[in-house]
Amino acid sequence: MNNGPEHLLDVAGLEVRYGAIEAIRGAGLEVCKGEIVALLGANGAGKSSFLNAIMGLVPLTSGRVLLDGEDIAGEAPEAIVRRGMTLCPEGRRVFANLTVRENLAIGGATRRRAGDAATILTGMLDRFPVLAERHDQMAGTLSGGEQQMLAIARAMMSAPRIVLLDEPSLGLAPRIVDTIFEMIAALQHHGATILLVEQNVDLALDIADRGYVLASGRVALAGPASELLASGDVERAYMGRD
Amino acid sequence: MEILIQQFVNALSLGGTYALLALGLAMVFSVLGLINFAHGDLMTLTGYAMFFAIGAGLGMPLAVVLGIACATLAAVAMERVAFRPVRDANTATMLLTSLAVSTILHMLFQNLISARPRAIPVPSWMIGAVDVGGLAIGVIQLMSITATALLLIALSIFLRRSTLGIAMRAAALDFPVTRLMGINANAVVATAFGLSGLLAGVAGVLWLAQRGSVDPLMGFLPVLKAFIAVVLGGLGSLAGAVVGGFVLAFIEVFLRAFLPDGWLPFRESITLTLVIVLLLVRPEGLIGQRENVR
Repeated sequence: MNNGPEHLLDVAGLEVRYGAIEAIRGAGLEVCKGEIVALLGANGAGKSSFLNAIMGLVPLTSGRVLLDGEDIAGEAPEAIVRRGMTLCPEGRRVFANLTVRENLAIGGATRRRAGDAATILTGMLDRFPVLAERHDQMAGTLSGGEQQMLAIARAMMSAPRIVLLDEPSLGLAPRIVDTIFEMIAALQHHGATILLVEQNVDLALDIADRGYVLASGRVALAGPASELLASGDVERAYMGRD
Repeated sequence: MEILIQQFVNALSLGGTYALLALGLAMVFSVLGLINFAHGDLMTLTGYAMFFAIGAGLGMPLAVVLGIACATLAAVAMERVAFRPVRDANTATMLLTSLAVSTILHMLFQNLISARPRAIPVPSWMIGAVDVGGLAIGVIQLMSITATALLLIALSIFLRRSTLGIAMRAAALDFPVTRLMGINANAVVATAFGLSGLLAGVAGVLWLAQRGSVDPLMGFLPVLKAFIAVVLGGLGSLAGAVVGGFVLAFIEVFLRAFLPDGWLPFRESITLTLVIVLLLVRPEGLIGQRENVR
């Protein structure tokens, strides 16, 4: 695939350094409109660094980050969110001492007209009914699964063109994880574009269209999700042998 | 009984001033993790602005407005010039920066104005007392309690209802994720400083109404008390700062009123001992939460 307009997100040659440590060494990927793309890899392979760098949360050393053809590399996170890309961070990080309502309200802060935010909110509460039930509860009192739903709904409140999901299964019971992944798949059906970072390979590839495997900060493997699932190469790439 | 109520009013009035100052400190701390040593100088600045405004014949109401506006603008300017460039530096750097800002302001006050106190004449109608249900309550106390109450209510509405207010509370919990909501980091920090300046300005006016003069170190003592209040209430908690301010004032006022004469010189030590005991019992502060400590 070359750099055509069909790529909503196009990252190439990304490098991230923490002092002397090279976390990402020239990784890249593309996400087309309407796709779910899985970014896989073992612990410490650089998945979160990759997401944080393209979101502007950590500085990138070099690389190109095109969102719908425009270079956003090095911009502030709030500016990138306003351009239409957002991140649902690892570990959920809901605002524990704010109510569910306030968490969602601030998620929709970029929607200037109150009517916009209200319409999106109604949609989110339809899709995540448990959040409607818990509207005035402190987010910190929700269960892990409910917090994950809130974190995803909060990210979707900005009506992003693409959402980056960082480890949505982290620390959740298997039954809850299934529910969350069904909801992620449902988001795609409603037109969302998703870059999904996961350690749980089978689950991620099950709902993804394509996948990339990071090892030691480089893309070790890429391809359609069904092929990656069938080939068994993913396990080998996980071991980090280039 | 009457003395008890009198002292209660005194404590409420002093506590209000501490609470406003502590709230300003806590607001900046919760967003930036910075303890702003220059906070007291904002109070002092209010004093000098009022002194010059009255000297220019502008009258008390206008002087008050100018004094508060001056502190607010100075706080925003302070953030822009001194703190923004070191925002991503470590805490010690920010702490030293605030110490430098404070020292520079002291020197300017001393050398450009005077090291000696400058009188700010309090209008005669404020000196007296009014009759409230058979009790003589000082006009200044009454005004101070009213101003504090109104300001705290307005702030609480702002923090709960407006997007910027919710964003400030969110930023206190998790700044990076707040930016992921599309909230401009500079706007949140500038608002925190602006509000802290506004609060310091109002506290400055209330303090001056009691003292009647301004000198370069005017803000030092009350802000020192506000630091104690912030820690007592729970570092980083806004509600805690307000509660801490009132608790500290109640301890001080009641010790001053009811300690035997021989003990009075030890008043401050007894106050601080009580604060230490409270912190030993609740190390996270009166309102603070353990899980907020990251």
